[in-house]
Amino acid sequence: MDLTIQENTGRNKIHPYKFAMWVGCGSLLMMFASLTSAYVVRQAAGNWLEFSLPDIFKVSTAVILLSSVTLHSSYLSYKRGKEQAYKLLLVASFILGLSFFVFQYLGWEQMAASGVPFTINPSGDFVYVISWIHAAHVLGGIAALAVALIHAFGLKFKVTEKRRLRFDLTLTYWHFVDLLWVYLFLFLTLYR
Amino acid sequence: MATVTTTAPAVQEEKLIEELGFDDHFHEHEHGDKYKSNFITKYIFSMDHKIIARQFLITGMIWAIIGAGMSIIFRMQLGFPEESMAWLRPLLGKWIEINPDTGVGTLAPEFYYALVTMHGTIIVFFVLTAGLSGTFSNLLIPLQLGARDMASPFLNMLSYWFFFLSSVIMFYSLFLSTGPFAGGWVAYPPLSALPQASDGSGTGMTLWTLSLVFFVVSVALGGVNYVTTVLNMRTKGMNMWRMPLTIWAFFVTAILALLSFPVLVSGFLLLMFDRGMGTSFYLSEIFIGGQALDHVGGSPILYQHLFWFLGHPEVYIIILPAMGLVSEVLSVHCRKPIFGYKAMVFSILAIGFLSFIVWAHHMFMSGVNPFISNFFVIFTLIIAVPSAVKVFNWISTMYKANIRYNAASLFAIGFVSMFISGGLTGIFLGNSAIDIQMHDTYFVVAHFHIVMGIAAFFGMFAGVYNWFPKMFGRYMNDTLGKIHFWGTIVGAYAIFWPMHYLGMAGVPRRYYRFDNFDTFSHFATMNQFITIAAILTFGFQILMVINFFYSIWKGKKVTTQNPWGATTIEWTTPVRPGHGNWPGKLPTVQRWAYDYGKNGREFIPQVEPLKEGEGDQGH
Repeated sequence: MDLTIQENTGRNKIHPYKFAMWVGCGSLLMMFASLTSAYVVRQAAGNWLEFSLPDIFKVSTAVILLSSVTLHSSYLSYKRGKEQAYKLLLVASFILGLSFFVFQYLGWEQMAASGVPFTINPSGDFVYVISWIHAAHVLGGIAALAVALIHAFGLKFKVTEKRRLRFDLTLTYWHFVDLLWVYLFLFLTLYR
Repeated sequence: MATVTTTAPAVQEEKLIEELGFDDHFHEHEHGDKYKSNFITKYIFSMDHKIIARQFLITGMIWAIIGAGMSIIFRMQLGFPEESMAWLRPLLGKWIEINPDTGVGTLAPEFYYALVTMHGTIIVFFVLTAGLSGTFSNLLIPLQLGARDMASPFLNMLSYWFFFLSSVIMFYSLFLSTGPFAGGWVAYPPLSALPQASDGSGTGMTLWTLSLVFFVVSVALGGVNYVTTVLNMRTKGMNMWRMPLTIWAFFVTAILALLSFPVLVSGFLLLMFDRGMGTSFYLSEIFIGGQALDHVGGSPILYQHLFWFLGHPEVYIIILPAMGLVSEVLSVHCRKPIFGYKAMVFSILAIGFLSFIVWAHHMFMSGVNPFISNFFVIFTLIIAVPSAVKVFNWISTMYKANIRYNAASLFAIGFVSMFISGGLTGIFLGNSAIDIQMHDTYFVVAHFHIVMGIAAFFGMFAGVYNWFPKMFGRYMNDTLGKIHFWGTIVGAYAIFWPMHYLGMAGVPRRYYRFDNFDTFSHFATMNQFITIAAILTFGFQILMVINFFYSIWKGKKVTTQNPWGATTIEWTTPVRPGHGNWPGKLPTVQRWAYDYGKNGREFIPQVEPLKEGEGDQGH
């Protein structure tokens, strides 16, 4: 009998968890889209202190971009079964992730020292608040990387689908917070 | 429990599933039934979507009783401001102030505002968002799509428990000595941004915000799951155009929620910084208690934009699931295919899209640029088009149908009535010029209560009566259900119809009492009438709650798999489906969801293959 099955429902194209991660990232993106829209609206209302972003933010941008590259290489090495490269690059990514956080902190300090402390004017407050909320999301990524490290050094090296997926989810989220920062950095730099 | 099997007519469907179904080897893995292991994992920290749906429903019902009960208390104040409320003192304590000379007890004005605020927050978020889409998305998405469970059962469980946590915090805030938040459910600054602005603006507001942030986490976890499940977990043959309209509605609802709730969190975060850390996002130069605050240059309108960017999609997050449930219930009980299936789907999509570009119609009178208002007027009025398409299709579905009048179908028909009545007044309010007269009056209260309050409740009731057999393996008492319906529809119109007149006369909403305004004094009897109608209608809801809980344990047992003769595949599961929903293979879907009255047969289930030359009407 003809089963008249139309499509195989796409169940093998993308893992549901991976898809769910994309959907979740899309949702988080709305949070930052609304914060930057609020920034635009508030800026148009006047009483807006003009200043330029601290230079250190450029360093932190480079650092987080680099961390994405190392983490992605680590993921590829894992898939190809190269244990050494996988572990080394994962450690490097974790360190770079932490240093992003440190550089952000230095950036806030530099901003305060240059005459734009918190609560002096909404133009500065927006930069603080947006980068704080972003940093909170990076912390979540660092936690995920810590779990990945525990798996890398606590478990016997083995390439399994389950572990590959877990790593893939971490990687997707990390790329997300990375690109999110690049967007925020460009926005805050260009939209003064 | 899972051993309760069926005897009668659905055997045909079971054979089809056996023959054509697809074996995912689900029950060969030991995890198949692991959730049955003990009471706690089965009923409390359950990861089974059917249990989670019931948890959402019952939590929502508890909140509905609390939220509606609050409205009864403030309605008594509005209808009978001179009567003594001293008898409520055991419940409300110090919020009933007793005059030592006369012994007359009156509701404290600040608590009146707290009640109004909590009524709105509870009904909008906890009942009509979590209780409605939380319940039915969880129950129906896997069952109607032929999935074993949600994409991530664990996140699904977290979704409920975040809602529970949010509920506990909000409930706790009701008992603060300073009272819960009292600045209106929209929480506009400065009342929400300055802890010293009123009693409820302190700890009450802090807990309110905290509760709602957890609530958004719950919605987001649920929404991610719903979207992923709909797109990735459909069984073989269930392409998008074969999905029942319920699923289309839940799907678009979840997308709306995922795009709009994070914006609310952003708004709240800025609010928290204003409250606690001295920023001036929303606060401008303010004197309070004779003292100038440090805040400079903030804009309360900015908060309103962020709030209503959620707030308007939110009303569609509430009404779309109700629309989906009503479409399905009407089609099943009219024994006719839904009229204009594709038009229904496109209307849902259009409503979903438009809901994002109309938010400022809540802010016509807040000082936004009138030219910007025009833009929002136009898009607001355009929403009437897909809404009218849906109404037309519901009525056409009923036209010349041999309708089975039971509680479920009556509530579905009642929904259409309510949606028309409330929708028409929306056309008035959507015009920024007419809104100058109407805004902040009882006309607005009447409009939104009918169109998204009562209507959404009707959709929910239709869903509860229709799917109760699937949830609990028993029927609810239909006679009590019909009494509930007639009491509610007459009562709801009796409450809200007169409010239109109040509103047109300019009676403002949110006022504590009107008897000291000469202008409004002749409305005293009308206010009494509304209050009496509200109390009676509330009584009918208690009847429904009694019917519900009685029927869970003592209702008439369901003996056939498919008691309503429906085509959709949730009725091919056992009467009390176990974990994994189908005991053997997963069904494959062969046709669209609305083959009623076709080829001389009353209905053809979705699992039955198309005959030679038979067209599939879904696409």
